[in-house]
Amino acid sequence: MLLELRDLHVEFRTRDGVAKAVDGVSYGVDAGETLAVLGESGSGKSVTAQAVMGILDSPPGRVTAGEVLFEGRDLLKLKEEERRKIRGAEMAMIFQDALSSLNPVLTVGDQLGEMFVVHRGMSKKDARSKAVELMDRVRIPAARERVRQYPHQFSGGMRQRIMIAMAMALEPKLIIADEPTTALDVTVQAQVMDLLAELQRELHMGLILITHDLGVVADVADKIAVMYAGRTVEKAPVHDLYKSPAHPYTRGLLDSVPRLDQKGRELYAIRGLPPSTTSVPPGCAFHPRCPLAQDVCRTDAPALHRVDEHRVSACHFWRESLDA
Amino acid sequence: MPEHSPYEPEGVIAPTGAGGATDLAVSEARSLEQVPGGPQDKPRGLWSDAWRDLRRNPVFIISALVILFLIVISVRPSLIASGNPLHCDLAHAQQGSGPGHPFGYDGQGCDVYTRVVHGARTSVTVGVLATLGVAVLGSVLGALAGFFGGIGDAVLSRITDVFFAIPVVLGGLVLLSVITSSTVWPVIGFMVLLGWPQVSRIARGSVITAKQNDYVQAARALGASNSRLLLRHIAPNAVAPVIVVSTIALGTYISLEATLSYLGVGLKPPAVSWGIDISAASPYIRNAPHMLLWPAGALALTVLAFIMLGDAVRDALDPKLR
Amino acid sequence: MARYVVRRLLQMIPVFVGATLLIFLMVNVLGDPVAGLCGDKTCDPATAARLRSEFGLDQPVLRQYLTYMGHVLTGDFGTAFNGEKVIELMGSAFPVTLRLTLVAIVLEVVLGLGLGVLTGLRRGRLLDSAVLLFTLVVIAVPTFVTGLLLQLLLGVEWNWISPSVSPDASFGELLVPGLVLASVSLAYVTRLTRTSLAENRRSDYVRTAIAKGLPRHRVITRHLLRNSLIPVVTFIGTDIGALMGGAIVTERIFNIHGVGYQLYQGILRQNTQTVVGFVTVLVLVFLVANLLVDLLYAVLDPRIRYA
Repeated sequence: MLLELRDLHVEFRTRDGVAKAVDGVSYGVDAGETLAVLGESGSGKSVTAQAVMGILDSPPGRVTAGEVLFEGRDLLKLKEEERRKIRGAEMAMIFQDALSSLNPVLTVGDQLGEMFVVHRGMSKKDARSKAVELMDRVRIPAARERVRQYPHQFSGGMRQRIMIAMAMALEPKLIIADEPTTALDVTVQAQVMDLLAELQRELHMGLILITHDLGVVADVADKIAVMYAGRTVEKAPVHDLYKSPAHPYTRGLLDSVPRLDQKGRELYAIRGLPPSTTSVPPGCAFHPRCPLAQDVCRTDAPALHRVDEHRVSACHFWRESLDA
Repeated sequence: MPEHSPYEPEGVIAPTGAGGATDLAVSEARSLEQVPGGPQDKPRGLWSDAWRDLRRNPVFIISALVILFLIVISVRPSLIASGNPLHCDLAHAQQGSGPGHPFGYDGQGCDVYTRVVHGARTSVTVGVLATLGVAVLGSVLGALAGFFGGIGDAVLSRITDVFFAIPVVLGGLVLLSVITSSTVWPVIGFMVLLGWPQVSRIARGSVITAKQNDYVQAARALGASNSRLLLRHIAPNAVAPVIVVSTIALGTYISLEATLSYLGVGLKPPAVSWGIDISAASPYIRNAPHMLLWPAGALALTVLAFIMLGDAVRDALDPKLR
Repeated sequence: MARYVVRRLLQMIPVFVGATLLIFLMVNVLGDPVAGLCGDKTCDPATAARLRSEFGLDQPVLRQYLTYMGHVLTGDFGTAFNGEKVIELMGSAFPVTLRLTLVAIVLEVVLGLGLGVLTGLRRGRLLDSAVLLFTLVVIAVPTFVTGLLLQLLLGVEWNWISPSVSPDASFGELLVPGLVLASVSLAYVTRLTRTSLAENRRSDYVRTAIAKGLPRHRVITRHLLRNSLIPVVTFIGTDIGALMGGAIVTERIFNIHGVGYQLYQGILRQNTQTVVGFVTVLVLVFLVANLLVDLLYAVLDPRIRYA
């Protein structure tokens, strides 16, 4: 495994108490593989990614337990300086909102070139020509001229291309993309996603794609980890999961996607709201919203049941879910 | 003013449904990374939320208690100082503290303690009345200009520019040097005259912001009259910044009164004011520093209390600034 | 850009006229300029009438203003109460106040920015709380009290400085007066820097900079500070005009013969020409400083465009 998370826990200390943002997450991704992490806002998927990168806001955030194995090494045991050298060079991250994620007062050339200056010790001039190369590679027209421009002078799609260029600048082994297309126009979304997938194939990188967009997942992901209330509730290869989800929450997600062949039918919606991270329900966190819930779900948190060789589900009634 | 270039709206609209994409998010704004606290939290209003914060804030409680005490002794100085601040005996001039006269005597032989206690009334009166005047005049003019725009707004903006260009102390010197009155009114009048543009600018800005809110546009589309729009929909949302600025300004007005009195153009004897006493004490600072330190301390404590109160109120009303 | 500057310069005209007219009216209508001309004695009616017609004071006020401004535009600021040319008073007073203001601005930048950055990066620690409380106290104590106390302590008790500044007003002598003049602004700069840093610290682009694997000092200097200091720099810029006009108190305490001193004398003696002349220059300084700050703003923040 390129990256493997084992039972990761992250807490936030806030005025309203301790929020268990990540409460036992395990997933892994291989080189050349795409893992989609799926979940609603607040399910802890972004926080998990920040913990992997080592960029949690701390305080208030803190990793309280678990391991983050990157090529076999536990990153959590490394010194900050060692982790810093890995960030950007070995693993990189793409954020959702490229406009606010790029520094407004520096040219994109400066921001791209910075990667080479800091990690590779290049001169500013060489770094600048590297920046132009990168912009060409992510197919930004007139790169030589636009390298001197500022982020606000680019369109949303172009800005996200710059973010992608920055992430792959040093050809890292792993890229974490946190909702990379959510802030974009629908027409631009596909182009950006295609570019990302293409570069991933070329460089044989591991890609963790954090999203709540099931359409994107089906197109590009090899496997899926579904998160709910800070936990992984189901992990499966993408086709198995789409065919027959082994967790009622996953089923709810799939059923709430509008489909052309079922036009005119009422769209399914999961009832209720996701829980607050400061007061997660006892037992299975999903039970108040679950159509399959029984008494046992209210008291016992389900373990990760092995469904088959490649998939697990954190549901007492995963068999019923498969059959439903 | 410089204008911010508008960012392209591209990417603001989240895709829903189209192309097989589904937005699962119930509400992006309540994502855990930013706001812990879930759906079971009761919705709270700005004011009740602010009040809840203030009650828990020790800075607010302490400064409010100090201010309450100041108000009480302003109304009834005899509660803690029974003497007459104008009753002086040159025989005691510049003497240090003694029995019954904890702060000593000033250059005229007046009891410093009595004068410090009685001076509170002047400071509090000037501060409160000037703030009220500035807040009312400034917010009415600013709100009208912001709401109606047009020529009136342009003229008002230029007038505020004119006032901003004149340094306050300088304006006070010029205006007040020709007035011979020992009451607080000329000083208050001057402060309202030079202070209103500050509030007017803020009120104008927040009215313009509030005017663009969707619910105001909706109310307008439903045929609400101008006065109803301004009073019911816009004013409640524009009033918070005015309150914050006014509270902090109150402290600075008290400080300004003392400064003007020190320069000899604010209040004039026989008025009892900390500024007058500090000014009178400054030549004797080497031999009898107590004459200066007591009124100066009282002044600083008062201004500090109002500024801290304003700070606490701002924090409570504007959580962004925390 | 050029069009923006021209537009701004045109906008300055009504403000300039308004401010000088306002001061002119305050001095001329509310006060009695003739009384000032006779010195400390009261004028006898015949002399007063003669002086009135000599100085054109029997003309309508607006006409007086126009006549005065006409002279000013040709460089003639009139005569001060002691018979000196106002322009000569300015020649001796403005360099002193400029030095004082320069000292104050340098202190604002060095101390204010320094403390602000220090506390902004260490929010919630003891140092942060101590500095925050200290700035509140500095803001709360009126400048004249700060000045008198520093004069008492440093000048009288400890003899570190001379309690009053010599007519030369060298930079060394102006250090403490400059600190007094700067004190309140300095506290504001500290608080503004601290707030701005704290706000930007949580911004997305700082998170990106950390995710890029940049060393901490590079994240702070290149990404965090560069953005956080934009509002601070503009505050300091607009403060130049305010400091020069606000130097009256400081100059009085330390007996500095600068702009504030001359203005104070002019006001006491109701000498219109001195007061209006000095205020005219101060207003100009204020307006030009503000324009420069707005232009500087565009240099610092590329998102701002002037049209």
